[in-house]
Amino acid sequence: MRPTIRIQAEPFDSARETDALVAGRPDIGAVVAFTGFCRDEGGRLSALELEHYSGMAEAELARIVETAAARWPLSGATIIHRFGLIRPGEPIVLVLTASCHRREAFEAADFLMDYLKTRAPFWKREHLVDGTLGPWVEAAAKDEDAAGRWPIGP
Amino acid sequence: MRLVYFAWVRERIGRTDEEVDLPAAVVTIADLVSWLRERGEEYAYAFENDGIVRAAMDHVHVGPDTPVGNAREIAFFPPMTGG
Repeated sequence: MRPTIRIQAEPFDSARETDALVAGRPDIGAVVAFTGFCRDEGGRLSALELEHYSGMAEAELARIVETAAARWPLSGATIIHRFGLIRPGEPIVLVLTASCHRREAFEAADFLMDYLKTRAPFWKREHLVDGTLGPWVEAAAKDEDAAGRWPIGP
Repeated sequence: MRLVYFAWVRERIGRTDEEVDLPAAVVTIADLVSWLRERGEEYAYAFENDGIVRAAMDHVHVGPDTPVGNAREIAFFPPMTGG
């Protein structure tokens, strides 16, 4: 399994990425797609700014996919994570998992998001609608708890 | 050795990266943090609470007891908030 991993400023097209994942792969029976979007937090935010650690971000995402592939029989996987200024309504992250049957694809996608949120080196900062710079987003304890649900970790 | 900083750790220290020569007494990541704290108030501010700032050595997450060895690059950053 050779995953597609990209860190980019540009938006992505979930449907096009799914087409690319399944092209020429009649063995694939299920693809699960998760897209994370920028919220406006009740009209408070004008944007989120995403900072990342170039080099490590790619390496860590590859390790997380490798861990998932060791646990579930995946036929393919795609992770795309954006950086820079992202407006409410725009996508931030895409996770695609492909397998013969749906259960493995669902579980692997859930695992990948849990691990990505707590281990991939990205940081969000709020930009507020009044034009000022808001605080750095604090890591949520519930995300650590979610990652802890999986008995095997990287 | 190259040190790199991200998010509010970078802002508190006031730089994105720097080259340092570590004294022999700095053996682990925790030693390195203690040594950095002594370098100035901006470092003391960045590392003011134990166990908050995370570290990576040559692009791999590491804990405070990890020996710094011959690492090329050590990064310090807050808990991650991507996704």
